[in-house]
Amino acid sequence: MPALNSKTTEEIALGIRRRVFLHTMRHNGGYLSQACSAAESLAILYNEFLNLGAPTLPGIPLPFRGVPSATNPDAFTGAGYHGPFAPDYDRFIISPAHYALVIYSALIEIGRMDENALDHFNKDGSSVEMIGAEHSPGMEVTTGSLAQGLSMAAGIAWARARRTEPGKVWVYMSDGEFQEGQTWETLAAISHHGIDNLRIVVDVNRQQCDGAMSSVLDLGDLPARVESFGVPVRSIDGHDLDAFRKAVASAESGKSLMILANTSPFQGMDFLKRRFPRLHYVRFKSRDERAEMLKAIAGELGLDPVEIERNAAHG
Amino acid sequence: MVEIVTRPYARAFETFAAARPEVLCLSADLTSSCEVDGFRDRHPDQFVTLGMAEQAMLSFAGGLAMQGFRPFIHTFAVFLYRRPYDQLINSIAYSNRKVRMMGFLPGITTPGGITHQAIEDIAVMRAIPNMTVLECGDATEVETVLEVADEIDGPVYVRILRGEVPRLFSTPFAFNKLRTLSEGDDVLVLTSGVCTEEALRALGPLNERGISVHHLHVSTLKPFDRDGFIRAAKGKKGVVTLENHLINGGLGSMVAEIMAEEGMAIRLRRLGLDDTFAHGASKPYLMRKYGLDALALTQAIGQVLGRNLDITETELTQVRLDLVHSEHKAEAL
Repeated sequence: MPALNSKTTEEIALGIRRRVFLHTMRHNGGYLSQACSAAESLAILYNEFLNLGAPTLPGIPLPFRGVPSATNPDAFTGAGYHGPFAPDYDRFIISPAHYALVIYSALIEIGRMDENALDHFNKDGSSVEMIGAEHSPGMEVTTGSLAQGLSMAAGIAWARARRTEPGKVWVYMSDGEFQEGQTWETLAAISHHGIDNLRIVVDVNRQQCDGAMSSVLDLGDLPARVESFGVPVRSIDGHDLDAFRKAVASAESGKSLMILANTSPFQGMDFLKRRFPRLHYVRFKSRDERAEMLKAIAGELGLDPVEIERNAAHG
Repeated sequence: MVEIVTRPYARAFETFAAARPEVLCLSADLTSSCEVDGFRDRHPDQFVTLGMAEQAMLSFAGGLAMQGFRPFIHTFAVFLYRRPYDQLINSIAYSNRKVRMMGFLPGITTPGGITHQAIEDIAVMRAIPNMTVLECGDATEVETVLEVADEIDGPVYVRILRGEVPRLFSTPFAFNKLRTLSEGDDVLVLTSGVCTEEALRALGPLNERGISVHHLHVSTLKPFDRDGFIRAAKGKKGVVTLENHLINGGLGSMVAEIMAEEGMAIRLRRLGLDDTFAHGASKPYLMRKYGLDALALTQAIGQVLGRNLDITETELTQVRLDLVHSEHKAEAL
């Protein structure tokens, strides 16, 4: 992979948290807890695991150029930020499209997208949508209606194996997607067809829109359930980079691998614990609440709250 | 007498797919019911079984298509759009993937009742951007629709006929072109799918009573040969549609929309399931019960022309059908 940055994976993870936090402060709301849980996973995927070519789309994302159709040659997908399609390169399918802000922040930190790309976030006519669409940076297919990403990735993986392409298909998904029956249909298909070129990282933060998953629809012993479908599982601390490295290195010949990254929805931002269990989308009910959170989390992330407010006033 | 062809799809698909390595045959546990069991046995490398898991199958097909394969999904028509509708939209239609959905047992051609009868599929499918909707009316169209579907840059839904299928036409499936079965001055009749065979039965008795029928067979439902329809409708005293589908959202609705947009002051009668589910019974029984047959057509034509035609069921069942030799030289039966 071309060297796009000189940072350590730890630095990238911190950068993701900072960027999502600053953006949430500036816009009075955001998917903050997803940055907490996903920062290490995305940092190590982009910085160490994924074998991607140089980006084929500009650092500042293009405006939206219309929906795909037989008569629209201008339509594009965000796959360009993962580099060109070629037999040796990996593909990276991101299933929880509401992690978009975290993904964009990761692409910036890794050097695949420009520093100012987030200026276009959630702006009318922009491709940098709030919920990642297939034209949004880093998104390769239409996901976000949850559980479809893994199935599409399985189809891509089957096709790549049929053509003996060495590149792998990586998937990032969330534990909530195991509430959908489609996920289990797909695990059965992966196992039945011996699809061995998938590497799936799951953000097991045990949170969903209504609150803690245990109160909404508990997944029980998720590792055992997945293993019983014939897909090898490594259940790790999702903030432990060495555990990630060991897990990826332990892939079994002839089989795909699922890494259940057990994460905390307030990792790096302990102040968010006060919001538990309503963490899906963090917004502020009052100026005082915002000021308190700004001070507390800025401190945790090593940022200067006064400077953040000054930039926010100018931004 | 019209030829009855046994399992035309089985032969056509094998010939078509075996010559095209990028074509994959996907199946969800209805392999022999969709006449691709022989293909599975002889071409296992091009066959992908996904079990009773239509949601995963449609998304998986989207992934295959993204990588340049052209999946032909085989299952009953109902199972392609009811359970996996979200997958159809997000994994296939939005991205304009070249996935071909081969829907068997359309409408009331199955005694399977509500769970197996796709009666609103055309309404649903034609509402989806990027989707092309085709329907076969005889063995020749079943044999020749595969090349047509495979040429299309985007997803395609096809209503397929299986088993014993009559050969009505001698010329292949022509994309987005209304097939002229007879030319006439009084009334324009548009039919699709299995209803075309029924309509052909009605033409002889109608002619004997001096009714001049212009009969068009519709095999491309989306897009629609709008100009061909407008030309044929001009000067007619009435238009009648007959379809193996709900009258809401299908062929009858398409024609009504065009007539309203064109300001055509012509009476329209739409025949098909009239805002009702059907139930499990034989095809002839259901076609009679719900007014999808030749008798219902003659009665509707009598109504739009304001005449009592006095055509009986007995007279219609005695009609023998012949092959329609040429769409350019339309022949009355």
